[in-house]
Amino acid sequence: MTVVTALIVLGVLALAFGLVLGFAAVRFRVESDPIVDQIDALLPQTQCGQCGYPGCRPYAEAIANGDEINKCPPGGQATINALADLMGVEAKPLDSAHGEEDVKKVAVIREDECIGCTKCIQACPVDAILGAAKQMHTVIAHECTGCDLCVEPCPVDCIDMVPVPVRPDNWQWDLQQIPVKNVESSH
Amino acid sequence: MSAATKAIEAGHIWTFPGGIHPPERKDRSNTTPIEVLPLAKQFIVPIKQHSGPVGDLMVTVGDTVKAGQPLTQVGINNALPVHAPTSGTVSAIGPGRIAHPSGLTDTVITIDADGNDEFYSFAPLADYTSLSRAELLDRIRQAGVAGLGGAGFPTAQKLALQRPLDYLIINGVECEPYISADDRLMREHAQTIIDGTEILLHIAGCEKALIAIEANKPEAIAAFEALLPNYPQLALRVVPTKYPSGGEKQLIQLLTGRQVPSRGLPIDVGLVMQNVGTAYAVAQAILNGKPLIERVVTVTGDNIAKPGNYWVRIGTTVAELLNHCGFEPVADSKQEQRVIMGGPMMGFTLPDLDVPVVKITNCILVPSNQELAPAAEEMNCIRCGACADVCPAQLLPQQMQWLAKAKDYDGLEQQNLFDCIECGACAYVCPSEIPLVHYYRKAKAEIRNIAREKAKAEVARERFEARQERLEREKQERLERHRKAAEARKKAQAEAVAQGGDNPQDAVQAAIARAKARKAAQAAAAAKQNQEGDDE
Ligand code: SF4
Ligand code: SF4
Ligand code: SF4
Ligand code: SF4
Repeated sequence: MTVVTALIVLGVLALAFGLVLGFAAVRFRVESDPIVDQIDALLPQTQCGQCGYPGCRPYAEAIANGDEINKCPPGGQATINALADLMGVEAKPLDSAHGEEDVKKVAVIREDECIGCTKCIQACPVDAILGAAKQMHTVIAHECTGCDLCVEPCPVDCIDMVPVPVRPDNWQWDLQQIPVKNVESSH
Repeated sequence: MSAATKAIEAGHIWTFPGGIHPPERKDRSNTTPIEVLPLAKQFIVPIKQHSGPVGDLMVTVGDTVKAGQPLTQVGINNALPVHAPTSGTVSAIGPGRIAHPSGLTDTVITIDADGNDEFYSFAPLADYTSLSRAELLDRIRQAGVAGLGGAGFPTAQKLALQRPLDYLIINGVECEPYISADDRLMREHAQTIIDGTEILLHIAGCEKALIAIEANKPEAIAAFEALLPNYPQLALRVVPTKYPSGGEKQLIQLLTGRQVPSRGLPIDVGLVMQNVGTAYAVAQAILNGKPLIERVVTVTGDNIAKPGNYWVRIGTTVAELLNHCGFEPVADSKQEQRVIMGGPMMGFTLPDLDVPVVKITNCILVPSNQELAPAAEEMNCIRCGACADVCPAQLLPQQMQWLAKAKDYDGLEQQNLFDCIECGACAYVCPSEIPLVHYYRKAKAEIRNIAREKAKAEVARERFEARQERLEREKQERLERHRKAAEARKKAQAEAVAQGGDNPQDAVQAAIARAKARKAAQAAAAAKQNQEGDDE
């Protein structure tokens, strides 16, 4: 008899815990954060394709599958270091086969020369160019990632890549020194 | 009433950690009354003189303007306007040097004065209590009032934060050496400052204001003590002389014992703080309808013949101001004369003297090299710990310096770099002459930049994905359209055949055959011609 009671009690307990655990597994599920997302979050999202893949996400997938981490010139050394950290591998210098690290640039269309062919619109990976057939086109500067992809297709070569200007609010305090100290007593 | 509130009411003064006692040297400039600077011939008004978005331009080159006329407007992004400092003609609008340590340019409006100094019509207000809070705030914003003591945060924006307030604190501490602009203003215009404080209390919906003055300004204290008995809702607090007791968080700690949380605002602990100069400007804006077009500037230093305080129209160039004060450049031609905007602790050296005085300019300091030795060679940190002892924010300056040099930005954020008020106390005591604050400013700028890049990358990713989706959708739609068209064609054909008519397909075949025949004939003709040509 006691054996039966024990079995029943244990059975009920097992069922109860099972239910609780099952409920918890559904209710408190941790959204998985696949490695590809984490890698993608570190890439600069310039979508330029210099890494040899059609955009940052494909490259993130390639890294997750074991590709080298030093193929992204827009990200430069900082991105390589961050990727090395994430993947637990040694950081290495940028693979120059894919290009050199450069200052940040933004595309500018010389608007009076634009013939309205729409070729640049089709090339822009982030839809940062505004225009319509036979109308003058222009670049929405703050959406432009500086990927360079619109320059080549332009039949009249009216797109320039110009460095992002330094303004007082994005200036990096590149001073030799600032005189914030040095009130010495002389009185 | 809790014990803490009782202590605040009783006038208890707490302390804050760290702090230093640099030589004050305020007596050079604070003994003479504020003088009105004669009008310059030309004014340069930068459209950005505060923190936040800039207003849209309201004038074009060639326009005539009057003193106090708005040059930019509030507009949709709730910007802070700037006003013409005197009457005259707008002679240029474009990039010009601004008062910024970088020496970079920004949009400035140049005004050639006509010398008449005619004023725009202002609407004085007899009874401000009849206006709503929103109307008063709008008036303050339209007058272009920004915090005159620090970073120039728009005053209306600060007051618009709606949360229960225990006290309004009026900051007349002015702890930085040399500067005496607020000191003189308090001595000479205590009544207007009190009027402004009452307006601020009314707008903030707050019961009580504490006016804080540092103990080294007995005349200013006396000026307020004489008036305050008539104002039960205002109380004077004298704080001991120590740098930087005028820092927002430090002063709050001194007066209330409360600590503003890391990266928080005073309003999080039920307080709001305004500078005495701001209270004065608010009184002008509300009572007289006068926008912020002039301020008190201390001009001092060994190489100034006539140190003192001056009412300076905003937009006056530093060169003009120094000319009037008898500027004697350093005799030794090997050494360049430094002109510092702000005080010796928190100011910066001007790139040149053609930059204008702006809303936040409280001092122009022209020191000799004896009184303010030029920055010396940086040596290695000897880990003496002096910097940590004086840091009012209880940070570890030495640690942060190593981290900043190593560009370890995560580490810096863990060390609460953003709590650093850039007071310069650490650099002042550092025996190794390390320009510590410079490293912090640089690191802060870098961290902000990284955050901006990150946000931009996020947007780029979204746009990229949205585009991919759109392309995919368009492709599907195209295929769908083709499929539908093909179906419709087939159906029409089947129907036509069923009705016994010509199969349209036959017509097409016939047309193709005709075209082929024509081509062949043409080719034959061409070949024949060629042959004839060859024969000749
Ligand atoms: S090179 Fe870098 S920025 Fe360009 S697509 Fe590849 S990962 Fe993106
Ligand atoms: S505008 Fe040109 S450079 Fe800028 S993101 Fe588009 S394609 Fe790239
Ligand atoms: S500058 Fe920053 S780190 Fe140095 S003492 Fe002041 S608050 Fe502390
Ligand atoms: S005061 Fe200067 S030398 Fe001393 S620990 Fe701080 S940074 Fe190093």
